[in-house]
Amino acid sequence: MPSSTSGPAIRCRGLRKSFAEVRAVAGVDLEVRRGECFGLLGPNGAGKTTTIEILEGLGVADGGEVEILGQRWGGGDERALRQRLGVCLQETQLADRLTVEEVLRLFRSFYERGRDVEEVLRLLELEPKRRAAYVKLSGGQRQRLAVACALVGAPELLFLDEPTTGLDPQARHRVWAVIDEFRRQGGTVVLTTHYMEEAAQLCDRLAIMDHGRVIAEGSPRELIASLRADQILELEPTASLDAGVFAALPGVSAARQQNGRHVLSVRDVGAALPALLEAIQAHGSAVKTLETHQPTLEDVFVSLTGRELRDE
Amino acid sequence: MSSRRVELWQLTLARLREFYREPGAVFWVFGFPVLLAVGLGIAFRNQPPERPRVAIVNGPEAAFAADVLRAGDVAEVVLVSDDEAARQLRTGEVALTLAVPERAELRFRLDPTREEARHARDRVEAALQRALGRVDPARVVEAQVTEPGARYIDFLLPGLIGLNLMGSSMWGIGYAVVDARRRRLLKRLAATPMRRSSFMLAFVLSRLVFLVVEVAALLLFGALVFDVTVHGSLVAVAGISVLGAAAFTGIALAVAARVQSIEAVSGWMNLIMLPMWLLSGTFFSYARFPEVVQPFIRALPLTAINDALRAVMSRGAPVHSVALELGVLAAFALLGMAWALRTFRWQ
Repeated sequence: MPSSTSGPAIRCRGLRKSFAEVRAVAGVDLEVRRGECFGLLGPNGAGKTTTIEILEGLGVADGGEVEILGQRWGGGDERALRQRLGVCLQETQLADRLTVEEVLRLFRSFYERGRDVEEVLRLLELEPKRRAAYVKLSGGQRQRLAVACALVGAPELLFLDEPTTGLDPQARHRVWAVIDEFRRQGGTVVLTTHYMEEAAQLCDRLAIMDHGRVIAEGSPRELIASLRADQILELEPTASLDAGVFAALPGVSAARQQNGRHVLSVRDVGAALPALLEAIQAHGSAVKTLETHQPTLEDVFVSLTGRELRDE
Repeated sequence: MSSRRVELWQLTLARLREFYREPGAVFWVFGFPVLLAVGLGIAFRNQPPERPRVAIVNGPEAAFAADVLRAGDVAEVVLVSDDEAARQLRTGEVALTLAVPERAELRFRLDPTREEARHARDRVEAALQRALGRVDPARVVEAQVTEPGARYIDFLLPGLIGLNLMGSSMWGIGYAVVDARRRRLLKRLAATPMRRSSFMLAFVLSRLVFLVVEVAALLLFGALVFDVTVHGSLVAVAGISVLGAAAFTGIALAVAARVQSIEAVSGWMNLIMLPMWLLSGTFFSYARFPEVVQPFIRALPLTAINDALRAVMSRGAPVHSVALELGVLAAFALLGMAWALRTFRWQ
C-alpha cells in the first residue's frame, strides 16, 4: 500500500462551506499526523461539526481539498476508505428497540476486519447492559455505545464529534480512557470539543476555531505558552480603571477588561504585584477582589477572541 | 461467510427485531386484517335475504295489506299513523311506507337512492298485486349460488391479502425510514462501509418474513371460519405475495427516500394508497368504473396483486395466465428500488 500508509492521516486545504447565507467554514487548513490526537476546539457554531463531517465524507465542501489516509472523497472506492474510519456523530440516536449487543453486532457486520464484539463491550464496560434495549440506556451508556460502534470496525482513524458533551464527569473519564487505549494501539483521533479540559487532557495538537476559521494551532502547551504568562491574574478594583493602566507594568505581558474586571497575563508575579497595587492606588482606587490561576486554553481563547469559550 | 451476506443478515435481523418488539405494529399488521375479515364476513355472510321492514299507514285496507305481506313472509310489517310512518322512513327504521286507501290503489313512499327501498317496493308490490289477482305468465327457475368459490367472502379474501400487504409494507417501511432519518441513524449508517443496496434489500427480506405470517393468517382464517379454499397452487399464491410485497416495498422506499418528517410521509403514503383503496377492486369489482380508466386501474400494483390472487385462489388459474399482473408488480419493485437508491437522502 503506497500512498495510503505514509504521509499525514488528514490533509485539508482551504475548506469552505456555506449553508444558505451562513458561512459555516471559511477557509480551513489542517494537517493531522498519524498516531496523534488532534482536537478542534471552539464554541458552539464555530464550524467544528461542519468541518469534521466534511472530513468524514458526510458533507460536501463548497471548496477546498480534503485527503483522508491518502484518499479523496468522491474518488470511487469510498467503501474501502470507510473500512478504515470510525465515526461518532453528535447526537445520534440508534435503534430504540435493539439491544446494546445487537446494535454492536450490526455495526460489526459492515466491516471486513474488525474487533471482537465481546472485546469492545468489555472495553466500554457495557457488558452488564448487553441485553438492555437502547431506549432504556442512560445518556452516558448511549454515548459509550456510540463510541463502541465507532471502534468495532478497528479503524485507523477515529472521528469523535463532541464525544463527552452532556456526560457526567465519571462517564467522561471512561470515554477518555477508551480514547487513550485506542491511541496506545497506534490509532489516530480527530475530535471536536468545547471543553478545554478535554482538549488539554486528550489532544497532542489543537486547532482553535471561531467563526469558521482556525485562529490558533499547536499543542496545548504551545498555545498556553503563547500567552507569555505564568499566571493569569483577575482583579476587580473598587473604581473602574482604564485597561491601559496595567499593560505597561513590569512583568505584565497583556491586559484587558472583561465584565468590569481586569484580566492580566503575568510573567513574573513577584515583579508585577507591587507595581500593580501601586498603580491602583495612584489612580485613586483599591482592590476589591484579586484571584490568580494557571493559564488554561480558556484563557487562550479569551485572549484571541475577547469572548469566553462556553458562552452558549 | 462473505461479508455481504453477514451484513444483509444483520440488517434484516435488525428490521425484524424492531418490528416484533413494537406491539402496536404487530396488531396492525396481523390483527387488523383478521378483524376486518371477521367484520366483513359477518356483514356479508350467506343468509336468506333479509325481509325488509315496511310501515303500513293505518286505514281501511291496512289490515288486508298487512295480512298479505305477513302470510307470504314478504316483509316485516308495522301498522302506524301517517306521521309515525313518515318519521320511521326518515330515520331508516323502515325501507318504505305503504298506504292503501282502497284495493285499487297502492301508495308507496320511499327514497329511490336506497337500493333496499327499491327492492322492498318490488317485493311488496308483486305480493299485493298477486293477492289482488295478478297472474304471472312465465314460470321462474332460479338456481341459488352459495357454494364456496362464488360468494362475496371468496371475492373479498384475496383482496384483503393484497390490501394488507400494501398497508403493512408502506407503513412499516415509510415510518422506519423516516424515523431513522430523523434520529440521524441513517447518517451514522452512511458513515460506515455498509452497502446501500444491502440496506434496501434488508427491507424486502424482512417483509418476506412478515408476509408469510400475514398471508398464512388470512388464508387460515378464511379456511377455518368461512371455508374459503385455494383452488390454484399455494406456491403460486406465495409467489404472487412475494412479488406484491416487493412492489410495495419498492414504492415505500421511493416515497420515503427524501421525506424528513413522519407527518409528511404519512401524507404521501395516504395520497398514494387512497386511490388504490378505492379503485383496485378490493371490496367491489373495479368493472364499475368507466371504461377509459380501466387500463389505469389495471396498472396499479394493488389491482395487479388482487387480480392475480383472485385468479389463482378462486378460479385455480395457472401462474402463466397472470403474467401481466406479475409483470406490473415486478416493474414497481424494480423502479421503486432503483429510484430509492438514486435519490435516497441519508442525512
